[in-house]
Amino acid sequence: MSNFHTFSRLLILSSAVLSPMAHAVTAAEQLAAYSAQAAAPAQAVRGQQFFTTKHGKDWSCSTCHTVTPTAEGKHATTGKAIKPLAPAANPERFTDAANTEKWFRRNCKDVVGRECTAAEKADVLAWLLTQKG
Amino acid sequence: MPLPILTQLASALTLSITLIAAAHAESGSTSVPFTARYQQECGACHMAYPPGMLPNASWQRVMSALDKHYGVDASLDPTSTHEIGAWLKAHAGTYKRVNEEPPQDRITKSAWFLQKHRAGEVPPEVWKRASVASAANCVACHGKAAQGSFSERDIKIPK
Repeated sequence: MSNFHTFSRLLILSSAVLSPMAHAVTAAEQLAAYSAQAAAPAQAVRGQQFFTTKHGKDWSCSTCHTVTPTAEGKHATTGKAIKPLAPAANPERFTDAANTEKWFRRNCKDVVGRECTAAEKADVLAWLLTQKG
Repeated sequence: MPLPILTQLASALTLSITLIAAAHAESGSTSVPFTARYQQECGACHMAYPPGMLPNASWQRVMSALDKHYGVDASLDPTSTHEIGAWLKAHAGTYKRVNEEPPQDRITKSAWFLQKHRAGEVPPEVWKRASVASAANCVACHGKAAQGSFSERDIKIPK
């Protein structure tokens, strides 16, 4: 086996091992992965506070997603309807780890001015999972 | 001596078909089917806009600065960016009124858009209504916009 072949196999295997999100599919699995990365249990109450507060910029998460994530939201600029964020109200939410990461990356940068930490993501997801549809 | 009746009928038919085709040509170029990727990635925060409504130069500029997308971060992975960029290039600028790159590459700042939505047609206060929210919110008044239809008879300005 060539050195390159060996190296690339090691790289792929290690990224699978080092990235708990890689295999997370369900919302519960994604929450477990974020909590593991945070090395601390998620706190839903803290997640609600984080979600509904502004972080030094114009928007909070709730600006578009509302303070009741079982409800339909509305984009603050375009006016477009946004389907509910809570999985109980919208089964399509948090079914794909890559998709979850994409939206956290972009929306946290817009709302918080930086990427959210694993703990913050865990808190928010924990809170969203307490919301009944 | 008048044209034979068959010739008259043939001419009338040809004329009718041409007129109908012309009428559909405008909406036809706004209704190219979207790829699933385009609909999913570019239709989440606003309606997925018909690619024909902007020239390719505008679309490529938009795609090259997705992290600064009209005030928000809309960045994508490189594969999606490339795929969507190529699809936009293939279908760009086909709306018959598109010829210039509008300011900030905004469809709503195109000369044709401003003309069609001029004050005499759309009172300025309409844009301030909560039900409309933004000129970028086509579906507020164009109920079938998401299907690529902007027919005048389907327009309904909400209160």
